[in-house]
Amino acid sequence: MIPAVEVVDVARRFGRVQALAGIDLQVQQGEFFGLLGPNGAGKTTLISIIAGLTRADRGAARVLGHDVIADFRQARRSLGVVPQELVFDPFFTVRETLEFQAGYFGLRKPTDWIDEILHHLDLTSKADANMRALSGGMKRRVLVGQALVHKPPVIVLDEPTAGVDVELRQSLWQFVRKLNRDGHTIILTTHYLEEAETLCSRIAMLKAGQVVALDSTANLLARIPGITCRVAAARLPAAWASRVVREERGVWHVALESYGELETLLAALRTEGIDVRELALEETDLEQVFLELTGSGKVAA
Amino acid sequence: MNAREHVRSPLPTAAPPADVVPPGLALVPTRPGWLMLFRKEVLRFWKVAFQTIAAPILTSLLYLLIFSHVLEGKVSVYDGRVGYTAFLVPGLVMMSVLQNAFANSSSSLIQSKITGNLIFVLLPPLSALDLFAAYVLGAIVRGLCVGFGVFAVTLMFEPSLLAMPHPLWALAFALLGSAILATLGLIAGLWADKFDQLAAFQNFIIVPLTFLSGVFYSIHSLPPFWQTLSHANPFFYMIDGFRYGFFGVSDIAPAASLAVVVSATVALGGLAIFLLHRGFKLRN
Repeated sequence: MIPAVEVVDVARRFGRVQALAGIDLQVQQGEFFGLLGPNGAGKTTLISIIAGLTRADRGAARVLGHDVIADFRQARRSLGVVPQELVFDPFFTVRETLEFQAGYFGLRKPTDWIDEILHHLDLTSKADANMRALSGGMKRRVLVGQALVHKPPVIVLDEPTAGVDVELRQSLWQFVRKLNRDGHTIILTTHYLEEAETLCSRIAMLKAGQVVALDSTANLLARIPGITCRVAAARLPAAWASRVVREERGVWHVALESYGELETLLAALRTEGIDVRELALEETDLEQVFLELTGSGKVAA
Repeated sequence: MNAREHVRSPLPTAAPPADVVPPGLALVPTRPGWLMLFRKEVLRFWKVAFQTIAAPILTSLLYLLIFSHVLEGKVSVYDGRVGYTAFLVPGLVMMSVLQNAFANSSSSLIQSKITGNLIFVLLPPLSALDLFAAYVLGAIVRGLCVGFGVFAVTLMFEPSLLAMPHPLWALAFALLGSAILATLGLIAGLWADKFDQLAAFQNFIIVPLTFLSGVFYSIHSLPPFWQTLSHANPFFYMIDGFRYGFFGVSDIAPAASLAVVVSATVALGGLAIFLLHRGFKLRN
């Protein structure tokens, strides 16, 4: 099957900054794919090249097999992009904005589909409001609507939930998941790693313009083995000292090799009569994998 | 860590479900996308018509009132065959057409660039020619709207002008002139990064060329040196040819003006399409 998006050896330099240093990537049709990396890793540049907004210095990008330059009409028709910047045209209403966008794709007022988009994005009551009158979160949702207006098989969301409150974020994800179930391929960059963890079946991590990891979410999570147990207590049994990962104000982070070891730890605490104020288990999350792979202190998509 | 190695190594465990997603999910286009962009360009100025149409009409009317009051009877044009007010009207009409055509494409582009909403036009499958057609036609419509408005209002002062001998010549020059200025506006809008630069383009190039093109005078009244220099001004041919439509008289043969204006349209159009195709300051 033709990949939804195929990127072959794409490189791009801006002045002295090598934004992308030879990226190879394939996203299969129907995937929910995550693109993560710290700020400046090259995610937005990569998306811009796929969308035809930026030209690559070398390499090729294809959407459903259509080259983004040579066959730009088919490539762009197949692609819907939600840009990161919160942009809008202040002259028009929400519905006009969507109708214009549909028109640019050669569609004559796909009213039913626009109504459905408005409904799913909870914008029905704002359909005739001017863009200027909308809150930031609403403008963001209109951007999502604009990206979907031609029902693109491949949808790219570049940080779609920035500035969107929790409740709306949930309904947005429900909608995107529905689109994915209906057969749309989703490519997502997000600030919220838990979102990527729960939504994406496969993830690419970028750092300094290179792919540093490309694997299923489950495999990525399995890369950092073991469990961490957080124990709030005055002290720990001496035998466990070597297992302490770190300690902050009476909270000990202890590395366990398996869940079974928890029993041994609890027994040791009981034997020594140590009073445990709090105890919690922590599983590996994407953030740990992310920090490990990108070696950056800051987490950002 | 080597990126390529990683890409080739572990295959995805969660393989995508087979035979999902026919690319036929996408809605099927039924008409050219640039038509909608053209429509948007027209609506954009129409929604603020007071500023984009009524205001320039009023400005032209003020020019007419003041200049005709001062100069009527004191200046003779075409050897006294045409009164000054009658002479001035086509010049003012054409000046409005040109300035407004330029203003429309240039301001639309720079606004979209600065607010960032140009991305909505760059993501759809619109070619360089599509963008050119939409922006230039939108600007021509604005130029002609204002031109017709100025003409209609000035007819109250010079009703005799309605009996123009060659209306098609006038229309051809209005169309070509507005196309040239719309294209210049497109190029200026692409080139400029700030309103400031666009204003410079307008104030230091477009306005002097317009004012020195013979809007307010016949170049035959100029000293020989300035007459010669005026022939180097492309705007002169637009206005002179346009006037021919009104009076059947002009400073130079209308066919020669037409040739100059058509050449300028083709050359500038080619340049604009080339820049759009290259993604000049659009797709960096």
